[in-house]
Amino acid sequence: MRLLLLCLTACGGLAPGQDGSPPLSFNRSVRPILAETCFPCHGPDGGTRQADLRLDRREDAFSRLPSGNRAVVPGDPDASTLMARLRHHDVAERMPPASSHRTISPEDIDTLERWIREGANWEPHWAFIPPQRPAVPAVADRAQLRSPIDAFVTARLERMGIRPSPQADRHTLARRLAVDLTGLPPAPEDVATLTDDAAYTAYVDRLLASPHFGERLAVFWLDLVRYADTSGYHGDQPISFWPYRDWVIKAFNEGLPFDQFTEAQLAGDLLPEPTRDQLVASGYNHLNQKTSEGGAQDKEYLAIYRADRVRTAASVWMGVTLGCAQCHDHKFDPFTAEDFYSFAAIFEDINEKGYYAGSNWSPTMPVPSADQSARIAALDAQVKETEGTLNRDTEELRAARASWAAEQRSLILARSTPVLGPWSSSGPYFAKNFNEAYATPFDPEKGADVPWTPRPAWKDGVVHNTLKGDNAATYLRRTITVDADQTTTLSLGSDDAIKVWIDGREVFKRKVTRGAQPDQDKVQVELLRGEHELLMKIANGAGGYGFYFRLVRDGPPNAVVEALRAEPSRRTPAQRDTIAAHYRTVAPALAAVRAELKALRDRLTKTRAAIPTTLISRAMTPRPVKVLHRGDWQDESGPVVQPRGPSILADITANGDRTTRLDLARWLTSGRHPLTARVFVNRLWRLFFGTGLSRTVENLGTQGEWPVDQDLLDWLAVEFVDSGWDVKHMIRLMVNSTTYRRSSQPRPDLAVTDPENRSHARQSTWRLDAEFVRDQALVAAALLNRDIGGPSSKPYQPAGYWRELNFPKRVYKHDTTLGKQHRRGLYTWWQRSFLHPSLKAFDAPPREECTAARPRSNTPLQALVLLNDPSYVEAARALADRVLGQAASSDAERLALLYRYTLARTPKPAEEAALLTLLATQRQRFEQHPDAARSLTDVGLSPRETGHSITDHAAWTQVARAILNLHEVITRS
Amino acid sequence: MNDPLSDLISRRAFLGHAGYGVGAASLGSLLSRETDTAAPLVTRKPRIRRVIHLCMAGGPSHLEGFDWKPELRRRHGEDMPESITRGQPIAQLQGQKLRCLGPQFDFSRHGQSGQIISDVFPHMSRLADDICIIRSLFTEQINHDPAHTFMNTGTAISGRPSMGSWVLYGLGAETENLPGFVVLSSVGRGGQAQPISARQWHSGFLPGRFQGVRFHASGDPVHYVGSPPGVDEAAQREVLETVRRLDTLRRQETRNPEIDTRIAQYEMAYRMHTSVPELTDLSSEPEDVFELYGTRGGDGSYASNCLLARRLAERGVRFIQLYHRAWDHHGNIKGGYQISAKEVDQATYALVTDLKRRGMLDDTLVIYGGEFGRTPMGQGTGRDHHIKGFSAWLAGGGIKAGSSYGATDEFGYHAVEDRVEVHDLHATMLHLLGIDHERLLYRYRGRDFRLTDVAGRVIHGVLA
Repeated sequence: MRLLLLCLTACGGLAPGQDGSPPLSFNRSVRPILAETCFPCHGPDGGTRQADLRLDRREDAFSRLPSGNRAVVPGDPDASTLMARLRHHDVAERMPPASSHRTISPEDIDTLERWIREGANWEPHWAFIPPQRPAVPAVADRAQLRSPIDAFVTARLERMGIRPSPQADRHTLARRLAVDLTGLPPAPEDVATLTDDAAYTAYVDRLLASPHFGERLAVFWLDLVRYADTSGYHGDQPISFWPYRDWVIKAFNEGLPFDQFTEAQLAGDLLPEPTRDQLVASGYNHLNQKTSEGGAQDKEYLAIYRADRVRTAASVWMGVTLGCAQCHDHKFDPFTAEDFYSFAAIFEDINEKGYYAGSNWSPTMPVPSADQSARIAALDAQVKETEGTLNRDTEELRAARASWAAEQRSLILARSTPVLGPWSSSGPYFAKNFNEAYATPFDPEKGADVPWTPRPAWKDGVVHNTLKGDNAATYLRRTITVDADQTTTLSLGSDDAIKVWIDGREVFKRKVTRGAQPDQDKVQVELLRGEHELLMKIANGAGGYGFYFRLVRDGPPNAVVEALRAEPSRRTPAQRDTIAAHYRTVAPALAAVRAELKALRDRLTKTRAAIPTTLISRAMTPRPVKVLHRGDWQDESGPVVQPRGPSILADITANGDRTTRLDLARWLTSGRHPLTARVFVNRLWRLFFGTGLSRTVENLGTQGEWPVDQDLLDWLAVEFVDSGWDVKHMIRLMVNSTTYRRSSQPRPDLAVTDPENRSHARQSTWRLDAEFVRDQALVAAALLNRDIGGPSSKPYQPAGYWRELNFPKRVYKHDTTLGKQHRRGLYTWWQRSFLHPSLKAFDAPPREECTAARPRSNTPLQALVLLNDPSYVEAARALADRVLGQAASSDAERLALLYRYTLARTPKPAEEAALLTLLATQRQRFEQHPDAARSLTDVGLSPRETGHSITDHAAWTQVARAILNLHEVITRS
Repeated sequence: MNDPLSDLISRRAFLGHAGYGVGAASLGSLLSRETDTAAPLVTRKPRIRRVIHLCMAGGPSHLEGFDWKPELRRRHGEDMPESITRGQPIAQLQGQKLRCLGPQFDFSRHGQSGQIISDVFPHMSRLADDICIIRSLFTEQINHDPAHTFMNTGTAISGRPSMGSWVLYGLGAETENLPGFVVLSSVGRGGQAQPISARQWHSGFLPGRFQGVRFHASGDPVHYVGSPPGVDEAAQREVLETVRRLDTLRRQETRNPEIDTRIAQYEMAYRMHTSVPELTDLSSEPEDVFELYGTRGGDGSYASNCLLARRLAERGVRFIQLYHRAWDHHGNIKGGYQISAKEVDQATYALVTDLKRRGMLDDTLVIYGGEFGRTPMGQGTGRDHHIKGFSAWLAGGGIKAGSSYGATDEFGYHAVEDRVEVHDLHATMLHLLGIDHERLLYRYRGRDFRLTDVAGRVIHGVLA
């Protein structure tokens, strides 16, 4: 209902401008000025609002103030206090005040005046109103039209009087498509095929069907959801999470509709009978940074994770900065702190801890590969079969068993069994320190009369860790009765030190600091017929403590002994089964079968242990959420909130009595949400055109940029929903368009009017993402392992880079098999606190927080990586190997091959000349220094082809290095 | 003869616009609009040109160092009054009996100023008349990792720029041969070596070239600064020259100005390739310098890093950060603190003294301190993390030398007098650099961010 109301207030009548020009658009021209200049003190945040004046809502801005004035009087700038204050002659009265460090230009003041004069029309923020599909505009130049996108862009260009750039050449197009859709360079043979429109769209289809498409989009998505291989905080320990990453790749490859993609991640575990994939996807909710730092408080970190989760979900799906409302109402957008905590409450059913002692991340799910599942099934079957053999009763076995049982029976009847009385305890008895607690003979061991507490519940054969008291001792006692003289073994465990007496005589002592475990000490005691008193002392240093006790007896376990004791003809069927079962574990005839079974079970255990796990969401009773005053987790005074969406947006429909994550997912992808589709298509646009239609792909709130063409953005958003949230369909629309195919060559005529190419008169050019920079080199070198998915890989990394890590200390070991070493960049081990330096240099984010748009910086560290990182030196060396291995009649021909492999084009004469000169000098150099040639061509794991001279190889390696360092190689144009 | 290298180097004029030596004022032409907003940076006359932050990582105890508490010693072993500790955040002492642990060392008065400093710092005590001790710091974060993040970025939320990045963004560097923000670290033997994340010197949402560059004690001092095996100086230069030629051709053809920046960055990379080894080669240092610092360098020790810090400062590096990972004394604080103190005492004294005798202390700010302090309550024989009151000291240009500022209560628990929060420290540092902390802004996600977030005030009481 709320959305409908918003729409009604939006549709005020519009008076034309005085000069006949159309009236100002509030959202386009006026709101940005008010937001920038006025909202910080006269906006949504009630906490900092001045003079009770609010300018972000129409009814407030127009209403009468306590002073009797009105800030805005539609149609009458002179009566509007806003204008008076903006132009006040007295600096002290003028707005904005100097103390705000904000200024407003005279042009902006004029704009506000014109807006008021035109009737002060008001619109809610554009992005909070659901998009409607606009009509596709008519254009004069119909030759430009391949996709409705072209109609919107061409119409705008025609309005602006800008002539579009021509189509790029096919080398450029092939490279553009290949890197945009797969992150990899085109196969040289694909370039030749791009001769006409049909071939172009066929190539697009081929790329979209390639398994590398999913990898490319995953890089984009994993930044948003902050996927990494480690916990982030403090010790930054590993978390097994890569099955989630592989699921993302698979989902994009299989064209999983975005609504289902959303549902699976936010609420896969809440779906009816979730599939394994849906559970893996639900790991999304655990991708936040986590701590296992000793001394971290559960409650504090739960509050930290909660805020992180709100920031991320709001950014990923809604492109708004709801996270800013953690400590106060939002400064610019209509989000209250209560909105923040209510949104957070939706996620409060997630089973998690604040402090993960021992880095035991949970809950996890095993994710066996198909191969592992098959192996386990086969082993299970073999185990079953072997068990069948073991359990088969044969004539011989029966006979052997009968004679064994008879023999055992006579042994048992001749022997007596100790009878243990119940435990009782006394203590703790305190001392100054651990030494004294152990050494001091407290009353119980002096035989003094002390109070004893009966402990009937203490069972034998389990560890009891219930004793209390630092630097203290507790005494335990019980009776042991035997009806014949015998030797018995006590098997003990203790935390920490232990002493044992029988009838006041010390039989054992051990001063030790340890945790209690079964069977840490074995004590043999001689017992004469009769009752004895057993006394034990457990002495403790610090923390809780306890003990372990059982009697060890030779021969079969108790139940078997009882069964054997019975007269053979009077044994119950259960007793006969017990004997038979036990006999199979000792029968000499079955020794081989037992050995086989043990081997099988060991293999099964090992296979199971090798199965990867991944964190998943599991719902539990939701924790109550309170509004935390100023975000302070220790402040308990705030009201409890119920889960819901931000109040400015339409209510989330709850299917039960509580709004769940599943309700949230369905609300986001209902098709009526104003943000979800817009945010996603705007980000897709950035992937293929370099800048979002709204530049601020991370924020479409009031501080975000008004889209350069809202009609186009809205058309795309509606199309996305109507297509059934088909991501590949949207990409096809974009990359098949004429707009996409234009040359990216900067144009002098646009350098001033459109320096950032927001008109899309041409394509744009930008440096490739970090992962793809690596991929280019590996493909050119023919080193790339193209396998999809699997555990993260560890490329070469400078020694000692992990020096600063601790708990535990770690030494980075790069992968030493060729396949693992040469994996795509996106599979690199993502150590949040110390991201691989080569990725980091090229702006890959640490993924501690949601990243919607990586910066694209250009630094000397990037040059150092491409020049000297062994990964790139090895690639150059292998690339040289590759061209030397081809039949070629001249150096120039080889150089052409180098260009073909790296840039999918032929070198120009000037390029050829420069590189052949380099080749010549390097040949000379390495001929004089064969050792140097050997060192250079020895970098990296991959084997060297031995068919050509090392000197030549080294010289060509230098040429390859120069090429791999070219701006063009790491650039998409 | 046309030497390609001299050609390369003579193009420095251009580099003035593309190396590290650029601040917000001249950024516009270099950065894509996506990451750039012209920061309305107002500069007053700066008192200093550079900052050296000596970060005693792990949370050094103020009670053993710079905050003398005789009352705590008198009450040694007594219960800590509940009125002081009730409702306060606590780390590892959760649920345990809280008892006073008296200061483990004696304190004495030093210098003309008569500043009271622990006897565990015999060398640093000689700086009494050069430093201003702040005894009333407090922070928000009680665990190491977020507390460092808070100290460096003004918030515990990841992804924000560190103070070194902010300073570099605001002012640029005064060198074209080295990064403007350099980080060194060392490990002590006297306490737990807490991990330090690269987040602490990350540029966050600022452009990547403002991030701190880690210098390493072993291997290449800067990652990948050394040429590949078998490639000597000349061979590397020939490759670089070819890259430059080809990039220039491409530039002419595509008219893409980004290629100019790329070419310039390769030149900067080449200069780092030569200037970094020169920096770390200490053979030109005279004997008395080695004696002063108590090291011959090259061993990755804190002392060695102090000497490097001076050399970095001389060469125009704007922000130098040293981490000494040694101060997490949960147990045996007496023995452990003694070891950690010995590791830093002489070299810290040496650095300040060396800067002073070279006339550089006047335009340098030296900050000595950790991410938090330690509890007046004992944790066995050690102390737990403590955030409600701790100490740091400042020295250098614009600082009121031989003074102290603020105080904790008689237990050393709460900062009670002239309380200083982390943002105040940041505001004061920026003030000395000539920057109004409220105007050093960067627009990200539609909001103007500051190092001081929404807080911070210049602490005039520490200024001369």
